[in-house]
Amino acid sequence: MPLSLLKYGRGDNYPFERQPDLPGPTELRDHYDVIIIGGGGHGVATAYYLAKYHGITNVAVLEKAYLGGGNTARNTAVIRSNYLTPEGVRFYSASVKLYEGLANEFDFNIMYSQRGQLTLAHTDATVRAFRQRAEVNKHFGGRTELIDRQAIAELVPCLNLDPAELPVLAGLWHKDGATARHDAVAWGYARGATQRGVELHQLTEVTGIQQASGRVTGVTTNRGTIGCHTVIQAVAGHSATLARKAGFELPLVAYPLQAMVTLPVKPFLNPLVSSSALHCYVQQTSRGEIVIGGGSDPYPLYQSRASLPLKESLIASAVDMFPFLSEMRLLRQWAGITDMTTDYSPIMGLSPLQNYYLDAGWGTWGFKATPICGQTMAQLVASGGQVPELIQPFALDRFDRFQQVNEMGATAASH
Amino acid sequence: MKMMNCPLNGLRNISEFTYGGQVHTMPDPSTCDDQSWARYVFYEENDIGIVREWWQHTPSSYWFIVERHNGSDDILRTYDPGELFIDRVDFRTPEGAS
Repeated sequence: MPLSLLKYGRGDNYPFERQPDLPGPTELRDHYDVIIIGGGGHGVATAYYLAKYHGITNVAVLEKAYLGGGNTARNTAVIRSNYLTPEGVRFYSASVKLYEGLANEFDFNIMYSQRGQLTLAHTDATVRAFRQRAEVNKHFGGRTELIDRQAIAELVPCLNLDPAELPVLAGLWHKDGATARHDAVAWGYARGATQRGVELHQLTEVTGIQQASGRVTGVTTNRGTIGCHTVIQAVAGHSATLARKAGFELPLVAYPLQAMVTLPVKPFLNPLVSSSALHCYVQQTSRGEIVIGGGSDPYPLYQSRASLPLKESLIASAVDMFPFLSEMRLLRQWAGITDMTTDYSPIMGLSPLQNYYLDAGWGTWGFKATPICGQTMAQLVASGGQVPELIQPFALDRFDRFQQVNEMGATAASH
Repeated sequence: MKMMNCPLNGLRNISEFTYGGQVHTMPDPSTCDDQSWARYVFYEENDIGIVREWWQHTPSSYWFIVERHNGSDDILRTYDPGELFIDRVDFRTPEGAS
């Protein structure tokens, strides 16, 4: 240990002046160039890319509760791009690439950990679907391959390859699969954005959208009315209710998604493991907790309550995969409200209002898309409404044109 | 466990039931335009409030209608679809079609 450190350790003064990561609360201004509704990962990421790469800093992020406290805090932090459709794979691969460099970009540790993701196939039909996903992925530069039982046993020695009546036949091994600290992602973006002049207003709930002749002129909030040039909505589970305040409907249905973690134990599980037939995914966090996730409720509900039947079925599947988990104790459980589209792809880009942009329909695939959403939504705003090519397939009007992007590689779809 | 009153079988565990989507009125496919068909297929009532839904009591394959608050999950009323669907529907092939 250097002597200087010992000196500081014995002294009363901290070795450098501590800077808070985020500025304290300020008054709302009368007008902003851009208002972003929703202070989750997507909202602050959009603000960050606007400020850093497009020089647009007169931006307010309005959050009804606190930074990253909604679905940014409730997801299970899986980052992957092994989807099925070319549109989806291109989009999520771009996100994975951004994630890889994010800690350097922020100079802030997001605890990004590229451990690979393994999805188990228990039926011939799933093996065929996995083969297709592997080929689509490879074509777009991802690292995904189909592996056999022996390779699975070598990757995850503690996995039970013969869960009741559903022997594992093969696995989709996605080397680009990763996890990161979700709070750190939100904080990294928020810090980078506020350092460049963006205002983050927490405890500020949007109650109405003011319009004149097809354009948004401002928003009303619980802290008063603000004028603006452009609005982006990025509110995940409540996308449909906010859009109704703006005067149009979105083809979304809200389902709760439940997950839980156990008490921390020594590291034993490196990859993220999920099973399409057992409706369950299991991973170990850097703290040692086992995350058990992925249960959509069987019917729509705007509530983040937990239910015992779903917890039971998730735990039963997790114990099928890793029998010794039955000895573990649960630490926490929670649910988030997921805004599901019928084709398991997001809704991004233009809305029926001229200067009101959508970042919605994030169902069970929102966290992994955070960086690329921020980047493309910022491009959309900075260009005054030119939709970037990467997100053109996800336009709201695809439903009217019957051109859905049928993303059966989504977690909820395979479940 | 949460309970629901099946109009045919009485009060049962919610795990005995299957959700079957909201009750919609189908527009006439031969006359409606693409946009109203898209609305019928893809859009549901998704504001927070009372919704009217199809549910099935799975063991008895009995379909019925539920009025439920999608924010509080309170089940307000369950009833036989005969209350809403009183006209007989004939699925005949239109004349001239083969």
